[in-house]
Amino acid sequence: MPDQLIFAMEVVANGLMTGVMYALVALGFVLIYKASGIFNYAQGVMALFAAMTLVGIQEGRVPFAHLINATFGTEIHHLPWHSVPALLAIALTVLVMIGLAWFVQKVVFHHLVGQEPIILFMATIGLAYFLEGVADLMWGSEIRTLDIGLPQGINTIIDETTFNWFGYGFFIDNLDIVAAIVAAVLVAGLVAFAQYTKQGRAMRAVADDHQAALSVGISLNFVWILVWSLAGFVALVAGTMWGAKSGVQFSLSLIALKALPVLMLGGFTSIPGAIVGGLIIGVGEALFEFIVSSNDIFGAVFGFTLNATENWFAYVLALIFLVFRPQGLFGEKIIERV
Amino acid sequence: MTMMQYEPYETPDGRTIGNTLMEMKNITLRFGGVVAIQDISFDIREGEIRAIIGPNGAGKSSMLNVISGFYNPQEGDVWFRGTKRPPMRPYLVARQGIARTFQNIALFDGMSVLDNIMTGRLNHMKTGFLGQAIWWGKAEKEETLNREKAEEIIDFLEIQSIRKTPVGRLPYGLKKRVELARALVAEPELLLLDEPMAGMNVEEKEDMSRFILDVNDEYGTTIALIEHDMGVVMDLSDRVVVMDYGKKIGDGTPDEVRNNQEVIDAYLGVAHD
Amino acid sequence: MFYREAGDFKTSYAADNQTFPIAFDRYRYYFVLFIAIAVIPFVVNEYWANALLLPFLIYAIAAIGLNILTGYCGQVSLGTGGFMAVGAYATYKLMTAFPGLDMVTITFLSGFITAGVGVLFGLPSLRIKGFYLAVATLAAQFFLVWLFNRVPWFYNYSASGQINAPERTMFGLAVTGPNAEVWVKYLFCLFFVILLAWVARNLTRGTVGRQWMAIRDMDIAAEIIGVNPLKAKLTAFAISSFYVGISGALLFSVFLGAVEVGEAFGITKSFLVLFMVIIGGLGSIFGSFAGAAFLVLLPVALKVLGVDTLGWPTDIVAHFQLVIVGGLIIFFLIVEPHGLAQLWRLAKEKLRLWPFPH
Repeated sequence: MPDQLIFAMEVVANGLMTGVMYALVALGFVLIYKASGIFNYAQGVMALFAAMTLVGIQEGRVPFAHLINATFGTEIHHLPWHSVPALLAIALTVLVMIGLAWFVQKVVFHHLVGQEPIILFMATIGLAYFLEGVADLMWGSEIRTLDIGLPQGINTIIDETTFNWFGYGFFIDNLDIVAAIVAAVLVAGLVAFAQYTKQGRAMRAVADDHQAALSVGISLNFVWILVWSLAGFVALVAGTMWGAKSGVQFSLSLIALKALPVLMLGGFTSIPGAIVGGLIIGVGEALFEFIVSSNDIFGAVFGFTLNATENWFAYVLALIFLVFRPQGLFGEKIIERV
Repeated sequence: MTMMQYEPYETPDGRTIGNTLMEMKNITLRFGGVVAIQDISFDIREGEIRAIIGPNGAGKSSMLNVISGFYNPQEGDVWFRGTKRPPMRPYLVARQGIARTFQNIALFDGMSVLDNIMTGRLNHMKTGFLGQAIWWGKAEKEETLNREKAEEIIDFLEIQSIRKTPVGRLPYGLKKRVELARALVAEPELLLLDEPMAGMNVEEKEDMSRFILDVNDEYGTTIALIEHDMGVVMDLSDRVVVMDYGKKIGDGTPDEVRNNQEVIDAYLGVAHD
Repeated sequence: MFYREAGDFKTSYAADNQTFPIAFDRYRYYFVLFIAIAVIPFVVNEYWANALLLPFLIYAIAAIGLNILTGYCGQVSLGTGGFMAVGAYATYKLMTAFPGLDMVTITFLSGFITAGVGVLFGLPSLRIKGFYLAVATLAAQFFLVWLFNRVPWFYNYSASGQINAPERTMFGLAVTGPNAEVWVKYLFCLFFVILLAWVARNLTRGTVGRQWMAIRDMDIAAEIIGVNPLKAKLTAFAISSFYVGISGALLFSVFLGAVEVGEAFGITKSFLVLFMVIIGGLGSIFGSFAGAAFLVLLPVALKVLGVDTLGWPTDIVAHFQLVIVGGLIIFFLIVEPHGLAQLWRLAKEKLRLWPFPH
């Protein structure tokens, strides 16, 4: 088998792993969008916020320490304990995210019920700024490493197996595998939740028709806080995985934003769409980068190579795709009326 | 093929009804598996008030949308002013001199009444982009000229006092009137009215009927209107098309239609099989 | 009592159509123009120009541009930073390729180039609507920044990857480069601001503007009454990008002098301009100025308050700024979606009736 093809297979395998993560974040968007019609730009920053909170709690930091010290001239940084067990820290972060969901619903979107989608969208951009500022004030904006004891480093089993098959060992990070598995479990869990539980049914009812749901006694407020909490939970998982992989920093929120093109591809209302879209983007951008940055493939034909294309590939792909199919892969067909 | 030919005649109230202005030939419109309009033909004569009536879901609005180019029928042709009209975008249809109002008012809520009405003058304003950017001279002159036309319609429809009000703040009845003004100011040859009296009380209906008759009388505008209210339609229109379940079940003067058995059945309700 | 329209009768439609129908407004406007042109150039100093005036003027142009697209035509764009980068890099390439060309010509040419790019990225707007389009414009943002960052031709193969504005003159006075005097820079930017604001006002009050607003308010109905949606949307994209491009060109050549694309024209810039438009008021030229002034002033004010008065470190102030800006955006969207411009209008309406409100 030619070398380039084997390398490409490795790239695809890694792309699939990333794709599952994209799908997971995208799911957070779909949940909120379906239930409330809000297209939540702040989802990426929520992931960042969750990851920072997790690290902060784990390390026993005092929230707003920097601000307090600057204001009162004190020197407090840490609580008496310096490390909180990972599971407890996660549980506490989940509580914080639920609190955030409550806050967002009560303070922001409660007042924007019935507004045009584009106004809601812009409000979430404001929310993203607000949250980023709050997260920085709470925990400081330095890059942090997140370690909750997930396995890291090359997966030797895959390395050896592929070496035996192709004479070339694939480099696949254990963390990616864990992330992909967690994401897959979470996706399955969320789908099951939406399909089989009472709250899930209420959620879907609200998604279909606010008025009708209201008239059969479903509390819109409850459902909205619920979906924002779920989205917060998804953000926490995504933030944890990516934070563990590349550190907790601002760019985390941009990576999470990749879910946007994923959704454009998959359709904003479709859970299978989010998954398929995530995989397409994950594999697509990895493969594209592999091809255009390779001296032997792209370079051999055009005489130059490109790199860092993953910054825009997903967006441009989604853009081109949308021109031909505005409702996305699985979205409902748009029939215009007057 | 050509359009249907008629001899002009004069109505008892002194209006002249001319030859065919528009003819729909065997129109069929489907949405997926649903047939909204099935093989319907009728014509509209110059200067007449033509009504399309029928129960809910009969396909009346779809028919109006076909005329204004918003839907393209799968089968059949639309003939206008003696030629067959190829499928075209709605804004081109508007340029041919067809203006309309909408069942669920489609005004531009962020703009004032005057600006809404001025949008109706779009196709009469020819100043280029650069002229607009510089404004002094050509654009300003044209704006003033067209403003005069808009003011004429504002006077005609008696909405002077609200001309600078944002449309969003107006009550329903006035919105309907502003919408009519926007359509009228375009000086259309054919005016389409989609349920102009829906949701109005008796007084408002009377006002609107008067405006419709005056428009037809004073400007000689041909009018095709959809209406639920049988009484109003019979008084207003010269000829009536009756639709039911996407099919045409009657066509003729109000008196002919009134005595048509199928029409009576459709309105009184006879079991469909 | 002072501010009233009673007795201020209009005898022609042209007079009724003018920009400031109330005499008091008109005089105030002439007064502001007079101060801006005839007073400020003589008193302006380095600090005021660089901290407030130049960024205000330059961002006002971008805000007007985005307001045309978003506020008037209803198409939300998150690609403003990318289009500003197009203007900046076009200026840079033109300045270095044609050293003899004067800066006004170069700046306008950059605007036209950006307009072309804007139309290209605006084409999908015919099929994509609402926030789908907003996300699609992110493609422009990320792609353009990447392009200027990674293709060496754009930065003339300089080792740092930065672009630097060489000295260029206008009427024998340096406009760009380290030797340019602030009052020259100020007047240069002011010229564009006045011209472009005037053109924007003309476009938005006539047929073109009404077509944009019709598309914004109800695109389907607009098409049925005769608006060509293709033309309306693409002209909005073209004009908007023209303004944004000129703003980017001035930001680079006159204000910053040296630019690293990811830093100067990243996605934060897109949001900055969008926020100016939201806070100032969607669909208002005056609002574009108000929004630009507000968001240029805010960091300066916060710095004075936080760093100089309270003695906080600068990073805390920067974080607070995020919180405040985000909070304000939400506040304005909830309370007054038409922004500062609407608050101003309401204040004027109150004033008109004062002191007898009934």
